[in-house]
Amino acid sequence: MNLIELRQITKTYGQGQAQFQALKGVDLVIEKGDFVAVMGPSGSGKSTCMNILGCLDIPTGGEYHFRDVQVEQLDRNQRALLRRFYFGFVFQGFNLLARTSAQENVELPLLYRGESSSERRKAAQAALEQVGLSQWGHHTPVELSGGQQQRVAIARAIVTSPELLLADEPTGNLDSKRSHEIMELLVDLNQTHGITIVMVTHEPDMAEYAKRIVHFVDGNIASDTRHRPLRAEEIINVLE
Amino acid sequence: MFWNSLILAMREIRRNLLRSFLTILGIVIGVAAVITMVTLGNGATQAVKNQVASLGSNLLQIRTGQRMMEPPGGGGGVPNFRVEDAQAIRNEISGLAAVSPQVSRTATVVAMAKNWSTSVTGADNDFFTAGNWSLETGRTFSDAELETGQSVCLLGATLRKELYGTREPLGERLRVKNFSCEIIGILKAKGQAAMGRDQDDTLIMPLKTVQRRLLGNNDVSTISISVQDENNITQAQSEITELLRKRRRLTEGEDDNFNIMDTRQIADALSGTTQVMTTLLGAVASVSLLVGGIGIMNIMLVSVTERTREIGIRLAIGALEREVLMQFLTEAVMLSALGGLIGIILATLASYVLSGVMNVPYEFNAGINLLAFGFSAGIGVLFGFMPAKRAARLDPINALRHE
Repeated sequence: MNLIELRQITKTYGQGQAQFQALKGVDLVIEKGDFVAVMGPSGSGKSTCMNILGCLDIPTGGEYHFRDVQVEQLDRNQRALLRRFYFGFVFQGFNLLARTSAQENVELPLLYRGESSSERRKAAQAALEQVGLSQWGHHTPVELSGGQQQRVAIARAIVTSPELLLADEPTGNLDSKRSHEIMELLVDLNQTHGITIVMVTHEPDMAEYAKRIVHFVDGNIASDTRHRPLRAEEIINVLE
Repeated sequence: MFWNSLILAMREIRRNLLRSFLTILGIVIGVAAVITMVTLGNGATQAVKNQVASLGSNLLQIRTGQRMMEPPGGGGGVPNFRVEDAQAIRNEISGLAAVSPQVSRTATVVAMAKNWSTSVTGADNDFFTAGNWSLETGRTFSDAELETGQSVCLLGATLRKELYGTREPLGERLRVKNFSCEIIGILKAKGQAAMGRDQDDTLIMPLKTVQRRLLGNNDVSTISISVQDENNITQAQSEITELLRKRRRLTEGEDDNFNIMDTRQIADALSGTTQVMTTLLGAVASVSLLVGGIGIMNIMLVSVTERTREIGIRLAIGALEREVLMQFLTEAVMLSALGGLIGIILATLASYVLSGVMNVPYEFNAGINLLAFGFSAGIGVLFGFMPAKRAARLDPINALRHE
């Protein structure tokens, strides 16, 4: 089942002489349950594509189907509602609310969904447990390490059980050990909870965790390789 | 959704306690100033009313001349009253409790080797009725003393204190100008200073005594009249006017050459003045309330800029424009309402203490408190709207990128 379908998506910034075409007719289909890594040099259009996928921006031309919805026809508030109920976001800079406890940060999306405080607390605790931070709920971001902050951010993204998790360089601000931990967490969410993930990264070894790698070059998709990365235990399984 | 905004706003205020406090300081001061000014102003009005009431109840004062404040027997050859005028009023107009013809002048009084300049009034016993005076000790004038103009006098409380201190002066003699007189009574203090002078700083003698010995004529400058029933004041006033016009032979077209003043009118006139002052002070104070509102707008704008990233996160997570607007608006309104509340508490304390210091009655005025509180909340809406609108309009992508 196709979760996302992009057809001939273009995006143009500016006008006249200063006009710049960031996307030049992108076709992309993402199935439910997929784990896609988006790669490419800066200025290749991968961030623009992510913004459009995340309904934060609208394309200049083309069609974007999310499930049965034609996203490019929605207005600002309708897109906000789509994000609220179907999307989760993880950013490079974590983007947690300062001076706000991890628990409250994770509860934030539920607040906008209008859920009661007891439901919010329960769901947030479950999400924190899923990312392995059940003991850290009352800590504020400054009291947490970078890796922990990103885990809180992931908990915030998955607390609503979204259809699609969009991660914009989730490991960009982390050292290699923490990066691998975060990637394993994402793989787990993808495999055991069936959350579709689209992740921008420029680190090839992080992209290796994904099931599929899409390369952007100059506003177009240059390559789209489906590969099933073999992880250590899988190799062992094969050998046995 | 409104409840959510409330929670978010409270959380935000708590997160920035010091800044929140500094932000609302302007509103606190504005609200406190408005309420204090108006409360004290109303107290002053009440004080003036009380003072005028102490002049005498249902009191009419008739003077010669056309205007209220013109000096009695004033220029332009307006004839003075005579004792007969008072007598005529007494005889021909019903429903009057007292009719008191009086003269007064300032004179130096000497006793116990002390000089004291005071107001010496010549009157009959109706004076005490009309002016709500009562005796501390002694007696009022006898008919014979009034008839023959004997040298007897009653002292006001202030005069007595100034001349005799704690001594009992009853029966002693004091000198007024060039004659001496016997003290037959002491008046109870009224305790209120009406229209800027101390009523208790006075010496009362029989009318004839003052006419002959101090003034050397038979004129009466003022007739004080106390009306029995408050509802008859207007009627009595017009009857007296008619009678006096006849006695003073004024023809149809001529203006009155005397005036009748109702103490209620004085009370209204004077309290009108303090009311204007109150309004003026309140208006000046409300300017500071406005300035406080601008302070809130300033901080909210800074806050929106500072929290651009946070707004971006909220928008990305799926907050609607109107939810972000509500969040910031609620925050501004809560801040200003909180300021209003603290201002009210402060104002209650301040006006309570200050009314004691200024010697005016303290009266809690629910109206102005509600008004000031509502106004401060309204200021929150007014000045919070622009920053909130700015926050809601932010583009989530740019907001998330904001450093």
